[in-house]
Amino acid sequence: MMIFTIAARELRSLFLSPLAWSVLAVVQFILAYLFLAQVDNFMTLQPQLVGLEGAPGVTDLIAAPLLGDAAIVLLLVTPLITMRILSEERRNGTLSLLFSAPVSMTEIVLGKYLGLLGFFFILLAMLVAMPVSLLAGTPLDLGKLTAGVLGLGLLLAAFCAAGLYMSSLTEQPTVAAISTFGLLLLLWIIDWAGKGGDEVSGLLHYLSLLRHYEPLLRGLVHSTDVLYYLLFIIIFLGLSIRRLDADRLSH
Amino acid sequence: MATEVLIAAEHLTRFFGHTCAVKGVSFRLAKGEVLGFLGPNGAGKTTTMRMLTGNLAPSAGRISVAGIDLLDSPRQAKARIGYLPEQPPLYRELTVQEYLRYCAHLNRVPGRELGRAVDQAQARCGLTEVRRRLIGNLSKGFQQRVGIAQAILHNPAVVILDEPTVGLDPIQIREIRALIRELGENHGIILSTHILPEVQATCSRVQIMHRGQLVFSATLAELQEQMITQSLILGCQAPPDLHTLEAMPGIERVTPLAAGRFRLAFTGDNPAEALAARAAAEGWRLRELSPEQRSLEQIFVELTTREPDAEAA
Repeated sequence: MMIFTIAARELRSLFLSPLAWSVLAVVQFILAYLFLAQVDNFMTLQPQLVGLEGAPGVTDLIAAPLLGDAAIVLLLVTPLITMRILSEERRNGTLSLLFSAPVSMTEIVLGKYLGLLGFFFILLAMLVAMPVSLLAGTPLDLGKLTAGVLGLGLLLAAFCAAGLYMSSLTEQPTVAAISTFGLLLLLWIIDWAGKGGDEVSGLLHYLSLLRHYEPLLRGLVHSTDVLYYLLFIIIFLGLSIRRLDADRLSH
Repeated sequence: MATEVLIAAEHLTRFFGHTCAVKGVSFRLAKGEVLGFLGPNGAGKTTTMRMLTGNLAPSAGRISVAGIDLLDSPRQAKARIGYLPEQPPLYRELTVQEYLRYCAHLNRVPGRELGRAVDQAQARCGLTEVRRRLIGNLSKGFQQRVGIAQAILHNPAVVILDEPTVGLDPIQIREIRALIRELGENHGIILSTHILPEVQATCSRVQIMHRGQLVFSATLAELQEQMITQSLILGCQAPPDLHTLEAMPGIERVTPLAAGRFRLAFTGDNPAEALAARAAAEGWRLRELSPEQRSLEQIFVELTTREPDAEAA
Protein backbone atom coordinates (compact mmCIF):
# COMPACT_ATOMS: atom_id res chain seq x y z
CA MET A 1 0.00 0.00 0.00
CA MET A 2 2.64 2.46 1.12
CA ILE A 3 4.87 1.20 -1.70
CA PHE A 4 2.26 2.26 -4.25
CA THR A 5 1.84 5.67 -2.64
CA ILE A 6 5.56 6.33 -2.92
CA ALA A 7 5.70 4.89 -6.43
CA ALA A 8 2.79 7.05 -7.60
CA ARG A 9 4.40 10.21 -6.24
CA GLU A 10 7.69 9.27 -7.87
CA LEU A 11 6.10 8.71 -11.24
CA ARG A 12 4.10 11.91 -10.97
CA SER A 13 7.15 13.96 -10.07
CA LEU A 14 9.03 12.41 -12.99
CA PHE A 15 6.38 13.56 -15.42
CA LEU A 16 6.22 17.00 -13.82
CA SER A 17 9.80 17.56 -14.89
CA PRO A 18 10.73 18.08 -18.52
CA LEU A 19 13.43 15.42 -18.21
CA ALA A 20 11.07 12.45 -18.43
CA TRP A 21 9.25 13.90 -21.44
CA SER A 22 12.43 14.71 -23.30
CA VAL A 23 13.88 11.28 -22.58
CA LEU A 24 10.72 9.64 -23.90
CA ALA A 25 10.72 11.85 -26.98
CA VAL A 26 14.40 11.42 -27.83
CA VAL A 27 14.42 7.67 -27.26
CA GLN A 28 11.28 7.26 -29.32
CA PHE A 29 12.72 9.34 -32.13
CA ILE A 30 16.02 7.46 -32.27
CA LEU A 31 14.36 4.07 -32.08
CA ALA A 32 11.75 5.00 -34.67
CA TYR A 33 14.60 5.95 -37.02
CA LEU A 34 16.31 2.62 -36.37
CA PHE A 35 13.02 0.81 -36.84
CA LEU A 36 12.39 2.45 -40.20
CA ALA A 37 15.93 1.67 -41.26
CA GLN A 38 15.37 -1.99 -40.40
CA VAL A 39 12.10 -2.04 -42.31
CA ASP A 40 13.81 -0.49 -45.29
CA ASN A 41 16.59 -3.02 -45.05
CA PHE A 42 14.10 -5.84 -44.91
CA MET A 43 12.31 -4.58 -48.02
CA THR A 44 15.50 -4.72 -50.06
CA LEU A 45 16.44 -8.17 -48.72
CA GLN A 46 12.98 -9.68 -49.09
CA PRO A 47 13.23 -10.82 -52.75
CA GLN A 48 16.40 -12.79 -52.00
CA LEU A 49 14.92 -14.34 -48.86
CA VAL A 50 11.83 -15.72 -50.58
CA GLY A 51 13.70 -18.58 -52.18
CA LEU A 52 15.66 -19.59 -49.10
CA GLU A 53 14.76 -22.55 -46.91
CA GLY A 54 14.45 -21.52 -43.20
CA ALA A 55 15.19 -17.91 -43.96
CA PRO A 56 14.95 -15.40 -41.10
CA GLY A 57 11.53 -13.75 -40.87
CA VAL A 58 10.28 -10.28 -40.10
CA THR A 59 10.65 -10.79 -36.36
CA ASP A 60 14.30 -11.82 -36.70
CA LEU A 61 15.21 -9.06 -39.10
CA ILE A 62 13.25 -6.15 -37.65
CA ALA A 63 12.06 -6.76 -34.07
CA ALA A 64 15.16 -8.47 -32.68
CA PRO A 65 17.69 -5.90 -33.99
CA LEU A 66 15.41 -3.09 -32.78
CA LEU A 67 15.28 -4.52 -29.28
CA GLY A 68 19.03 -5.10 -29.39
CA ASP A 69 19.70 -1.49 -30.34
CA ALA A 70 17.17 -0.27 -27.79
CA ALA A 71 19.23 -1.94 -25.05
CA ILE A 72 22.27 0.15 -26.02
CA VAL A 73 20.28 3.39 -26.21
CA LEU A 74 18.67 2.70 -22.85
CA LEU A 75 22.01 1.88 -21.30
CA LEU A 76 22.88 5.51 -22.01
CA VAL A 77 19.53 6.92 -20.94
CA THR A 78 18.61 4.96 -17.78
CA PRO A 79 21.22 6.69 -15.57
CA LEU A 80 19.62 10.04 -16.42
CA ILE A 81 16.29 8.90 -15.05
CA THR A 82 17.54 7.00 -12.03
CA MET A 83 20.17 9.52 -10.92
CA ARG A 84 17.91 11.80 -8.95
CA ILE A 85 15.66 9.20 -7.37
CA LEU A 86 17.36 9.20 -3.96
CA SER A 87 20.22 11.66 -4.30
CA GLU A 88 17.90 14.59 -4.86
CA GLU A 89 15.79 13.67 -1.85
CA ARG A 90 18.95 13.52 0.19
CA ARG A 91 20.08 16.85 -1.12
CA ASN A 92 16.75 18.64 -0.60
CA GLY A 93 16.29 17.16 2.85
CA THR A 94 13.04 15.47 1.83
CA LEU A 95 14.42 12.10 2.82
CA SER A 96 13.61 13.00 6.43
CA LEU A 97 9.94 13.18 5.47
CA LEU A 98 10.11 9.51 4.56
CA PHE A 99 12.32 8.62 7.50
CA SER A 100 10.00 10.20 10.05
CA ALA A 101 6.87 8.70 8.51
CA PRO A 102 5.76 5.28 9.67
CA VAL A 103 7.33 3.63 6.64
CA SER A 104 10.12 1.07 6.58
CA MET A 105 13.29 1.43 4.51
CA THR A 106 12.19 -1.55 2.44
CA GLU A 107 8.95 0.20 1.56
CA ILE A 108 10.81 3.37 0.62
CA VAL A 109 13.23 1.52 -1.67
CA LEU A 110 10.57 -0.70 -3.24
CA GLY A 111 8.27 2.29 -3.74
CA LYS A 112 10.98 4.25 -5.49
CA TYR A 113 11.92 1.23 -7.57
CA LEU A 114 8.35 0.61 -8.60
CA GLY A 115 8.03 4.25 -9.65
CA LEU A 116 11.05 3.82 -11.92
CA LEU A 117 9.68 0.59 -13.33
CA GLY A 118 6.43 2.42 -14.09
CA PHE A 119 8.29 4.95 -16.19
CA PHE A 120 10.25 2.33 -18.09
CA PHE A 121 7.12 0.30 -18.61
CA ILE A 122 5.65 3.26 -20.48
CA LEU A 123 8.85 3.60 -22.48
CA LEU A 124 8.86 -0.11 -23.27
CA ALA A 125 5.20 -0.04 -24.33
CA MET A 126 5.89 2.80 -26.77
CA LEU A 127 8.88 0.93 -28.14
CA VAL A 128 7.06 -2.37 -28.61
CA ALA A 129 4.20 -0.62 -30.35
CA MET A 130 6.50 -0.15 -33.37
CA PRO A 131 7.16 -3.82 -34.25
CA VAL A 132 3.61 -4.73 -33.23
CA SER A 133 2.31 -2.23 -35.79
CA LEU A 134 3.74 -4.54 -38.48
CA LEU A 135 0.94 -6.95 -37.65
CA ALA A 136 -1.23 -4.80 -39.86
CA GLY A 137 0.65 -6.05 -42.93
CA THR A 138 2.40 -9.28 -42.00
CA PRO A 139 2.27 -12.07 -39.42
CA LEU A 140 4.88 -11.91 -36.66
CA ASP A 141 6.48 -14.61 -34.54
CA LEU A 142 4.77 -13.42 -31.36
CA GLY A 143 6.56 -15.92 -29.15
CA LYS A 144 9.92 -14.66 -30.25
CA LEU A 145 8.81 -11.06 -29.85
CA THR A 146 7.49 -11.77 -26.35
CA ALA A 147 10.79 -13.36 -25.34
CA GLY A 148 12.67 -10.34 -26.64
CA VAL A 149 10.40 -7.89 -24.84
CA LEU A 150 10.70 -9.92 -21.65
CA GLY A 151 14.47 -9.73 -22.06
CA LEU A 152 14.48 -5.98 -22.53
CA GLY A 153 12.08 -5.58 -19.61
CA LEU A 154 14.36 -7.60 -17.33
CA LEU A 155 17.38 -5.72 -18.58
CA LEU A 156 15.73 -2.37 -17.84
CA ALA A 157 14.64 -3.58 -14.41
CA ALA A 158 18.26 -4.51 -13.73
CA PHE A 159 19.48 -1.11 -14.97
CA CYS A 160 17.00 0.59 -12.63
CA ALA A 161 18.09 -1.43 -9.60
CA ALA A 162 21.73 -0.53 -10.22
CA GLY A 163 20.80 3.12 -10.79
CA LEU A 164 18.76 3.24 -7.61
CA TYR A 165 21.67 1.93 -5.60
CA MET A 166 24.12 4.41 -7.12
CA SER A 167 21.66 7.20 -6.38
CA SER A 168 21.47 6.13 -2.74
CA LEU A 169 25.21 6.59 -2.37
CA THR A 170 25.55 10.25 -3.15
CA GLU A 171 23.98 13.69 -2.87
CA GLN A 172 24.99 14.65 -6.40
CA PRO A 173 22.68 13.36 -9.14
CA THR A 174 25.41 13.72 -11.75
CA VAL A 175 27.78 11.56 -9.73
CA ALA A 176 25.04 8.96 -9.45
CA ALA A 177 24.47 9.12 -13.22
CA ILE A 178 28.10 8.70 -14.20
CA SER A 179 28.67 5.87 -11.72
CA THR A 180 25.55 4.06 -12.90
CA PHE A 181 26.65 4.46 -16.50
CA GLY A 182 30.14 3.22 -15.66
CA LEU A 183 28.85 0.19 -13.80
CA LEU A 184 26.36 -0.78 -16.48
CA LEU A 185 28.84 -0.32 -19.30
CA LEU A 186 31.43 -2.38 -17.45
CA LEU A 187 28.93 -5.18 -16.91
CA TRP A 188 27.95 -4.92 -20.58
CA ILE A 189 31.47 -5.42 -21.90
CA ILE A 190 32.95 -7.43 -19.05
CA ASP A 191 33.24 -10.60 -21.16
CA TRP A 192 35.45 -8.89 -23.72
CA ALA A 193 38.37 -9.83 -21.55
CA GLY A 194 39.43 -13.46 -21.47
CA LYS A 195 38.06 -15.08 -24.58
CA GLY A 196 40.23 -18.11 -23.79
CA GLY A 197 37.46 -20.28 -22.42
CA ASP A 198 39.09 -20.93 -19.04
CA GLU A 199 37.30 -20.60 -15.70
CA VAL A 200 37.85 -16.85 -15.35
CA SER A 201 36.42 -16.08 -18.73
CA GLY A 202 33.49 -18.33 -17.91
CA LEU A 203 32.79 -16.25 -14.85
CA LEU A 204 33.14 -12.99 -16.77
CA HIS A 205 30.88 -14.41 -19.39
CA TYR A 206 28.31 -15.23 -16.75
CA LEU A 207 28.50 -11.75 -15.22
CA SER A 208 27.90 -9.97 -18.51
CA LEU A 209 24.52 -8.30 -18.86
CA LEU A 210 24.70 -8.70 -22.63
CA ARG A 211 25.33 -12.47 -22.66
CA HIS A 212 22.07 -13.07 -20.81
CA TYR A 213 20.14 -10.81 -23.11
CA GLU A 214 21.18 -12.36 -26.43
CA PRO A 215 19.43 -15.73 -25.96
CA LEU A 216 16.20 -13.95 -25.07
CA LEU A 217 16.42 -11.93 -28.28
CA ARG A 218 16.69 -15.17 -30.22
CA GLY A 219 13.53 -16.35 -28.49
CA LEU A 220 15.24 -18.68 -26.01
CA VAL A 221 13.95 -18.19 -22.48
CA HIS A 222 16.43 -19.93 -20.19
CA SER A 223 15.62 -19.91 -16.49
CA THR A 224 19.31 -19.16 -15.77
CA ASP A 225 19.06 -15.88 -17.69
CA VAL A 226 15.84 -14.85 -15.97
CA LEU A 227 17.33 -15.84 -12.63
CA TYR A 228 20.46 -13.84 -13.35
CA TYR A 229 18.42 -10.67 -13.80
CA LEU A 230 16.26 -11.35 -10.75
CA LEU A 231 19.36 -11.93 -8.61
CA PHE A 232 20.93 -8.77 -9.98
CA ILE A 233 17.82 -6.78 -9.04
CA ILE A 234 17.50 -8.29 -5.57
CA ILE A 235 21.17 -7.67 -4.78
CA PHE A 236 21.05 -4.00 -5.73
CA LEU A 237 17.73 -3.36 -3.99
CA GLY A 238 19.08 -5.08 -0.87
CA LEU A 239 22.20 -2.92 -1.00
CA SER A 240 20.06 0.23 -1.35
CA ILE A 241 18.00 -0.68 1.71
CA ARG A 242 21.18 -1.27 3.68
CA ARG A 243 22.59 2.03 2.49
CA LEU A 244 19.53 3.96 3.66
CA ASP A 245 19.59 2.16 6.98
CA ALA A 246 23.21 3.17 7.39
CA ASP A 247 22.09 6.82 7.22
CA ARG A 248 20.48 6.41 10.61
CA LEU A 249 23.38 4.55 12.15
CA SER A 250 26.85 5.74 13.03
CA HIS A 251 28.85 7.47 10.37
CA MET B 1 -4.07 12.31 38.13
CA ALA B 2 -0.73 11.59 36.58
CA THR B 3 -0.16 13.40 33.33
CA GLU B 4 0.36 11.26 30.28
CA VAL B 5 4.04 10.97 29.36
CA LEU B 6 4.35 11.36 25.59
CA ILE B 7 8.09 11.21 25.23
CA ALA B 8 10.55 9.62 27.58
CA ALA B 9 14.17 9.92 26.52
CA GLU B 10 16.77 8.19 28.65
CA HIS B 11 20.49 8.79 28.46
CA LEU B 12 20.50 9.60 24.77
CA THR B 13 24.00 9.61 23.36
CA ARG B 14 25.11 10.07 19.81
CA PHE B 15 28.57 9.94 18.34
CA PHE B 16 29.60 11.16 14.91
CA GLY B 17 32.89 9.39 14.46
CA HIS B 18 34.82 10.41 17.57
CA THR B 19 32.80 13.54 18.20
CA CYS B 20 30.12 13.19 20.80
CA ALA B 21 27.22 15.35 19.62
CA VAL B 22 24.79 14.43 22.38
CA LYS B 23 25.87 13.07 25.74
CA GLY B 24 23.50 11.36 28.16
CA VAL B 25 20.43 13.52 27.63
CA SER B 26 17.34 12.43 29.56
CA PHE B 27 13.99 14.19 29.70
CA ARG B 28 10.28 13.68 29.59
CA LEU B 29 7.51 15.44 27.79
CA ALA B 30 3.99 15.32 29.15
CA LYS B 31 0.75 15.92 27.33
CA GLY B 32 -0.15 19.59 27.25
CA GLU B 33 3.44 20.73 27.51
CA VAL B 34 5.34 22.93 25.10
CA LEU B 35 9.01 22.24 25.62
CA GLY B 36 11.49 24.76 24.32
CA PHE B 37 14.97 23.61 23.37
CA LEU B 38 17.54 26.33 23.59
CA GLY B 39 21.22 26.23 22.92
CA PRO B 40 23.96 27.79 20.85
CA ASN B 41 24.71 26.43 17.38
CA GLY B 42 26.12 22.96 17.51
CA ALA B 43 24.77 22.25 20.98
CA GLY B 44 23.08 19.07 19.81
CA LYS B 45 19.49 20.30 19.57
CA THR B 46 18.93 19.14 16.02
CA THR B 47 20.72 15.84 16.64
CA THR B 48 18.47 15.21 19.64
CA MET B 49 15.38 16.01 17.60
CA ARG B 50 16.49 13.79 14.76
CA MET B 51 16.94 10.95 17.21
CA LEU B 52 13.49 11.51 18.68
CA THR B 53 11.93 11.28 15.23
CA GLY B 54 13.80 8.18 14.13
CA ASN B 55 15.96 9.96 11.58
CA LEU B 56 19.07 9.03 13.51
CA ALA B 57 19.67 5.99 15.65
CA PRO B 58 21.10 6.88 19.07
CA SER B 59 24.49 5.38 19.90
CA ALA B 60 23.11 4.64 23.37
CA GLY B 61 19.93 5.31 25.29
CA ARG B 62 16.24 4.69 24.87
CA ILE B 63 13.33 6.67 23.51
CA SER B 64 9.71 5.85 24.00
CA VAL B 65 6.86 7.69 22.36
CA ALA B 66 3.54 7.42 24.19
CA GLY B 67 4.83 4.26 25.82
CA ILE B 68 6.04 2.67 22.56
CA ASP B 69 9.75 2.07 22.14
CA LEU B 70 10.99 3.90 19.06
CA LEU B 71 13.77 1.43 18.33
CA ASP B 72 11.74 -1.74 18.86
CA SER B 73 8.58 -0.75 17.01
CA PRO B 74 9.48 2.27 14.91
CA ARG B 75 6.37 2.16 12.77
CA GLN B 76 3.86 2.53 15.61
CA ALA B 77 6.03 5.10 17.37
CA LYS B 78 6.60 7.22 14.26
CA ALA B 79 2.89 7.35 13.55
CA ARG B 80 2.56 9.37 16.76
CA ILE B 81 5.17 11.95 15.80
CA GLY B 82 5.00 14.92 13.49
CA TYR B 83 8.34 16.43 12.58
CA LEU B 84 9.39 19.63 10.91
CA PRO B 85 13.15 19.51 10.24
CA GLU B 86 15.32 22.60 10.04
CA GLN B 87 14.94 22.53 6.28
CA PRO B 88 11.26 21.81 5.49
CA PRO B 89 11.06 18.56 3.48
CA LEU B 90 9.07 19.88 0.54
CA TYR B 91 8.65 18.65 -3.02
CA ARG B 92 8.81 21.86 -4.98
CA GLU B 93 7.10 20.45 -8.04
CA LEU B 94 3.88 19.59 -6.23
CA THR B 95 1.05 21.89 -5.22
CA VAL B 96 0.37 22.42 -1.53
CA GLN B 97 -2.68 20.22 -1.63
CA GLU B 98 -1.00 17.39 -3.55
CA TYR B 99 1.92 17.47 -1.18
CA LEU B 100 -0.24 17.34 1.93
CA ARG B 101 -2.31 14.52 0.49
CA TYR B 102 0.88 12.58 -0.15
CA CYS B 103 2.05 13.21 3.42
CA ALA B 104 -1.32 12.08 4.74
CA HIS B 105 -1.01 8.84 2.77
CA LEU B 106 2.53 8.33 4.06
CA ASN B 107 1.32 8.78 7.60
CA ARG B 108 -1.44 6.26 7.04
CA VAL B 109 -4.35 8.63 7.49
CA PRO B 110 -7.39 6.51 6.54
CA GLY B 111 -8.98 7.35 3.19
CA ARG B 112 -12.26 8.74 4.45
CA GLU B 113 -10.56 11.12 6.90
CA LEU B 114 -7.88 12.18 4.47
CA GLY B 115 -9.69 15.06 2.81
CA ARG B 116 -10.81 16.47 6.11
CA ALA B 117 -7.32 16.15 7.64
CA VAL B 118 -5.75 17.98 4.70
CA ASP B 119 -8.37 20.75 4.77
CA GLN B 120 -7.97 21.18 8.49
CA ALA B 121 -4.19 21.38 8.35
CA GLN B 122 -4.41 23.91 5.50
CA ALA B 123 -6.90 26.02 7.44
CA ARG B 124 -4.86 25.91 10.63
CA CYS B 125 -1.69 27.04 8.90
CA GLY B 126 -3.40 29.64 6.72
CA LEU B 127 -2.74 27.81 3.48
CA THR B 128 -6.26 27.51 2.13
CA GLU B 129 -5.89 30.27 -0.44
CA VAL B 130 -2.56 28.98 -1.79
CA ARG B 131 -3.48 25.29 -1.84
CA ARG B 132 -3.41 25.05 -5.62
CA ARG B 133 -0.08 26.77 -6.04
CA LEU B 134 3.23 25.02 -6.57
CA ILE B 135 5.29 24.83 -3.41
CA GLY B 136 8.37 25.94 -5.32
CA ASN B 137 6.68 29.24 -6.17
CA LEU B 138 5.67 30.09 -2.61
CA SER B 139 7.58 32.48 -0.38
CA LYS B 140 9.81 31.16 2.38
CA GLY B 141 7.19 31.94 4.99
CA PHE B 142 4.51 29.99 3.20
CA GLN B 143 6.90 27.10 2.62
CA GLN B 144 7.60 27.06 6.33
CA ARG B 145 3.87 26.92 6.98
CA VAL B 146 3.50 24.00 4.58
CA GLY B 147 6.22 22.29 6.61
CA ILE B 148 4.28 22.88 9.81
CA ALA B 149 1.04 21.70 8.17
CA GLN B 150 2.81 18.51 7.19
CA ALA B 151 3.90 17.94 10.81
CA ILE B 152 0.42 18.34 12.34
CA LEU B 153 -1.53 16.74 9.51
CA HIS B 154 -2.05 13.29 11.00
CA ASN B 155 -2.89 14.71 14.44
CA PRO B 156 0.17 13.19 16.10
CA ALA B 157 0.54 13.01 19.87
CA VAL B 158 3.92 14.71 19.69
CA VAL B 159 4.89 17.52 17.36
CA ILE B 160 8.58 18.27 17.00
CA LEU B 161 9.48 21.54 15.34
CA ASP B 162 13.06 22.52 14.56
CA GLU B 163 13.17 26.31 14.45
CA PRO B 164 9.59 26.74 13.23
CA THR B 165 9.58 30.53 12.94
CA VAL B 166 12.72 30.98 10.84
CA GLY B 167 12.05 33.12 7.80
CA LEU B 168 8.62 34.32 8.86
CA ASP B 169 7.53 37.94 9.13
CA PRO B 170 6.48 39.28 12.56
CA ILE B 171 2.79 38.77 11.92
CA GLN B 172 3.29 35.22 10.74
CA ILE B 173 5.49 34.59 13.77
CA ARG B 174 2.64 35.68 16.02
CA GLU B 175 0.24 33.42 14.14
CA ILE B 176 2.56 30.44 14.33
CA ARG B 177 3.18 31.01 18.04
CA ALA B 178 -0.57 31.15 18.62
CA LEU B 179 -0.92 27.93 16.64
CA ILE B 180 1.79 26.26 18.70
CA ARG B 181 0.12 27.31 21.95
CA GLU B 182 -3.19 26.02 20.64
CA LEU B 183 -1.65 22.71 19.60
CA GLY B 184 0.08 22.50 22.97
CA GLU B 185 -3.26 22.13 24.70
CA ASN B 186 -3.92 18.68 23.28
CA HIS B 187 -0.49 17.52 22.17
CA GLY B 188 3.03 17.52 23.43
CA ILE B 189 5.29 19.89 21.55
CA ILE B 190 9.03 20.21 21.38
CA LEU B 191 10.47 23.17 19.57
CA SER B 192 13.96 24.44 19.18
CA THR B 193 14.80 28.05 18.67
CA HIS B 194 17.47 30.71 18.94
CA ILE B 195 14.93 33.38 19.73
CA LEU B 196 14.72 33.73 23.49
CA PRO B 197 11.48 35.76 23.72
CA GLU B 198 9.85 33.02 21.64
CA VAL B 199 10.44 30.58 24.45
CA GLN B 200 8.79 32.92 26.94
CA ALA B 201 5.91 33.52 24.55
CA THR B 202 5.11 29.92 23.71
CA CYS B 203 6.72 27.38 25.98
CA SER B 204 5.66 25.90 29.26
CA ARG B 205 9.07 24.40 29.94
CA VAL B 206 12.59 25.30 28.91
CA GLN B 207 15.66 23.15 28.43
CA ILE B 208 19.01 24.56 27.56
CA MET B 209 21.58 22.37 25.85
CA HIS B 210 25.24 23.07 25.69
CA ARG B 211 27.91 20.89 24.14
CA GLY B 212 25.60 17.92 23.89
CA GLN B 213 24.45 18.05 27.49
CA LEU B 214 21.34 19.30 29.17
CA VAL B 215 22.49 22.13 31.41
CA PHE B 216 19.20 23.68 32.46
CA SER B 217 15.66 22.50 32.73
CA ALA B 218 12.84 24.41 34.35
CA THR B 219 9.17 25.06 33.87
CA LEU B 220 8.28 28.51 32.79
CA ALA B 221 6.67 29.09 36.21
CA GLU B 222 10.01 28.35 37.88
CA LEU B 223 11.73 30.49 35.38
CA GLN B 224 9.32 33.34 36.01
CA GLU B 225 10.22 33.19 39.66
CA GLN B 226 13.87 33.63 38.84
CA MET B 227 13.22 36.37 36.35
CA ILE B 228 10.00 38.24 36.69
CA THR B 229 9.58 38.15 40.46
CA GLN B 230 11.56 41.10 41.59
CA SER B 231 14.06 40.48 44.28
CA LEU B 232 16.59 42.54 46.14
CA ILE B 233 20.00 41.74 47.43
CA LEU B 234 20.55 43.20 50.86
CA GLY B 235 24.00 43.20 52.40
CA CYS B 236 24.72 44.43 55.91
CA GLN B 237 27.71 44.52 58.24
CA ALA B 238 25.42 43.92 61.24
CA PRO B 239 22.59 41.91 59.78
CA PRO B 240 19.20 41.75 61.45
CA ASP B 241 17.68 38.32 62.05
CA LEU B 242 15.57 36.58 59.47
CA HIS B 243 12.23 37.17 61.19
CA THR B 244 12.68 40.91 61.29
CA LEU B 245 13.11 40.94 57.53
CA GLU B 246 10.29 38.51 56.86
CA ALA B 247 7.94 40.62 58.96
CA MET B 248 8.50 43.69 56.80
CA PRO B 249 5.56 44.65 54.58
CA GLY B 250 5.72 43.35 51.01
CA ILE B 251 8.53 40.85 51.67
CA GLU B 252 7.50 37.40 50.50
CA ARG B 253 10.54 35.29 51.17
CA VAL B 254 14.00 35.77 52.58
CA THR B 255 16.89 33.59 51.51
CA PRO B 256 20.06 34.08 53.52
CA LEU B 257 23.20 34.22 51.41
CA ALA B 258 26.78 34.20 52.63
CA ALA B 259 28.43 37.05 54.61
CA GLY B 260 25.40 38.95 55.85
CA ARG B 261 23.68 39.06 52.48
CA PHE B 262 20.06 38.16 51.85
CA ARG B 263 17.93 37.68 48.83
CA LEU B 264 14.56 39.27 49.46
CA ALA B 265 11.72 38.26 47.16
CA PHE B 266 8.97 40.82 47.35
CA THR B 267 5.61 41.52 45.85
CA GLY B 268 4.03 44.85 45.10
CA ASP B 269 6.06 48.02 45.47
CA ASN B 270 9.79 47.91 45.79
CA PRO B 271 10.53 47.98 49.54
CA ALA B 272 14.03 49.33 49.02
CA GLU B 273 13.21 52.71 50.48
CA ALA B 274 11.62 51.24 53.60
CA LEU B 275 14.57 48.88 54.00
CA ALA B 276 17.07 51.68 53.74
CA ALA B 277 15.20 53.78 56.29
CA ARG B 278 14.96 50.85 58.70
CA ALA B 279 18.60 49.95 58.20
CA ALA B 280 19.59 53.51 59.07
CA ALA B 281 17.29 53.63 62.09
CA GLU B 282 18.34 50.26 63.51
CA GLY B 283 22.00 50.45 62.62
CA TRP B 284 22.33 47.40 60.31
CA ARG B 285 25.32 49.11 58.68
CA LEU B 286 23.95 48.78 55.18
CA ARG B 287 26.55 47.97 52.52
CA GLU B 288 24.53 46.75 49.61
CA LEU B 289 20.98 47.15 48.43
CA SER B 290 20.46 46.23 44.79
CA PRO B 291 17.60 44.97 42.67
CA GLU B 292 18.14 41.51 41.25
CA GLN B 293 16.69 40.68 37.89
CA ARG B 294 17.87 37.93 35.67
CA SER B 295 16.61 37.62 32.18
CA LEU B 296 16.41 34.38 30.28
CA GLU B 297 19.21 35.73 28.18
CA GLN B 298 21.41 36.08 31.22
CA ILE B 299 20.69 32.53 32.27
CA PHE B 300 21.36 31.37 28.76
CA VAL B 301 24.64 33.23 28.45
CA GLU B 302 25.78 32.12 31.89
CA LEU B 303 25.11 28.49 31.12
CA THR B 304 26.50 28.40 27.66
CA THR B 305 29.67 30.44 28.00
CA ARG B 306 30.84 28.60 31.09
CA GLU B 307 33.59 26.07 30.42
CA PRO B 308 32.27 22.67 31.42
CA ASP B 309 34.47 21.00 34.02
CA ALA B 310 34.19 17.61 32.40
CA GLU B 311 35.78 18.85 29.21
CA ALA B 312 38.85 20.18 31.00
CA ALA B 313 39.68 16.82 32.52
